[in-house]
Amino acid sequence: MSEITPERVAHLAMLARIALTDDEIGKLTGELGAIVDSVAKVQEVATPEVAATSHPIPLTGGMRPDVPGQTLTTEQALAGAPDHDGSRFRVTAILGEEQ
Amino acid sequence: MSDHSADQIIRSTAADLAHRLSTGEVSSVEVTQAHLDRIAAVDGDVHAFLHVSESALETARQVDADRAAGVALPELAGVPIAIKDVLCTLDMPSTSGSKILEGWVPPYDATVVARLRAARMVPLGKTNMDEFAMGSSTEHSAYGPTKNPWDLERIPGGSGGGSAAAVAAFEAPVALGSDTGGSIRQPGAVTGTVGVKPTYGGVSRYGAIALASSLDQVGPVSRTVLDAALVHDVIGGHDPRDATSIPDQWPSMAAAARRGLTGDVLKGIRVGVVTELEGEGFQSGVKQRYHETLDLLAAAGAEIVEVSCPHFEYAVAAYYLILPAEASSNLAKFDSVRFGMRADVTGTVEDVMAATREAGFGPEVKRRIILGTYALSAGYYDAYYGSAQKVRTLIQQDFDAAFEKADILVSPSAPTTAFRFGEKLADPLAMYLNDVTTIPANLAGVPGMGLPMGLAPEDGLPTGLQLMAPARHDARLYEAGAAIERLLEVQWGGPLWAMAPELRQA
Repeated sequence: MSEITPERVAHLAMLARIALTDDEIGKLTGELGAIVDSVAKVQEVATPEVAATSHPIPLTGGMRPDVPGQTLTTEQALAGAPDHDGSRFRVTAILGEEQ
Repeated sequence: MSDHSADQIIRSTAADLAHRLSTGEVSSVEVTQAHLDRIAAVDGDVHAFLHVSESALETARQVDADRAAGVALPELAGVPIAIKDVLCTLDMPSTSGSKILEGWVPPYDATVVARLRAARMVPLGKTNMDEFAMGSSTEHSAYGPTKNPWDLERIPGGSGGGSAAAVAAFEAPVALGSDTGGSIRQPGAVTGTVGVKPTYGGVSRYGAIALASSLDQVGPVSRTVLDAALVHDVIGGHDPRDATSIPDQWPSMAAAARRGLTGDVLKGIRVGVVTELEGEGFQSGVKQRYHETLDLLAAAGAEIVEVSCPHFEYAVAAYYLILPAEASSNLAKFDSVRFGMRADVTGTVEDVMAATREAGFGPEVKRRIILGTYALSAGYYDAYYGSAQKVRTLIQQDFDAAFEKADILVSPSAPTTAFRFGEKLADPLAMYLNDVTTIPANLAGVPGMGLPMGLAPEDGLPTGLQLMAPARHDARLYEAGAAIERLLEVQWGGPLWAMAPELRQA
């Protein structure tokens, strides 16, 4: 059995910055438990002598010539922002009162 | 437009349209208008498009003007194309099927989109998809599902159901898709169309809104193998803006498809039948058409060999660890600061971020982000993500061994025909099994093609054949695929897509 509890889902949601409702946490606890039990199957064959693969086609280097490329203008970079002051993204307070 | 009725135009292949455009028999404006009219007539029911371009006719007019002025134009100049909404486009919103990006117009084109424009193709619009490409049915789109043109009560596959339905419903001759675990090939199977997931790194992902970066590939969607090859040639090749892009020179995929259409390429080819990709969970009509197709290949001189890939049974499990892990990281950028929506709440930036992600993401996206966060968390990483990466190695080794015995591998491209809306929505694990045949190719990075394999006798709906080749050998898929398509069409008396039911015209 997996170790997916409502408390763990709530903690994961905090880490992922998603303000899940209690109903969602309840539903996800059951669903994720079933999914984790199912995908845990990978452990059957993932023995220590098997090397891990992170990318299917390994490439080395990948460096481009060191020449200036095209970049976005400030205006373009800000064009899709929910709020800005013309040169910077505008957000609400970084720190809460208790911090 | 003389004897070239709009109906004849929309049922033409891209190759045929390109030819008639080059001779001046039809204009790009005529071709583009015919497709826009078709979209207006049927897309209310099909809902393949999230956005229809307002500049398509103007783009077509410029191509016609250049042609009239004697400018040398690329082969597909003037041919319309639909673009999956996962790809960034300068002149159209790019939402990846999510509310969190509603109305967002990117400040740059994806490389593949820039290449379509350079090839003077005509972007028709953006196609529907499961949110951030997470799904096999388009039921997870924030903008409502796309309907399968073969039966409007059934799913068109996913995540690229919009692109597949658009070409199946004659709303576009060709389209672009993206395939992370089958999102091009599985929709192709259930809509009777063609789709190719190229070798990982064969087509640039710059400007493709990332789902799982070690799996995602952009590829063509079409009604014929040759049309897919023509689009592949336009979008493929090295891109310095994508660090995973392979710097190799690639052969012409269209030349490979043409060899397959005219030559005797199946004689002596070793076709590996993957034992693990049939049997339990596969619909009887899918199995029947699959075995008939294998018999047809044998009769054409192919050598059919059984190959075993014992670790494929772990592929779905590995995929549903690797994908959520990578997605949870990729989707962290939707933070309510730089682009996309921001929830109207007070509090710190983190409160606003969490409220925005709660309101902007759908249930499947939340499910996978939480799962991925779990798989990557301290104390669980080795057991889950690390183990899944080891399975990836084992699957690559299975492919290596199989390609010792076979030139191409085959399987059905989906285990069933199109299912009804809602049938698998409540059970995420059942939904995940739709990609059991397509996921191994993504895990190993090898190219895969889906093409029509006939209608299942029990429900009259399309089935699909999947071909897989070793990494970097995409041309082999086009050569064999075009030859198999030709053999099957002789059996059917024409292309499968010509048998699709008529849609109601608005």
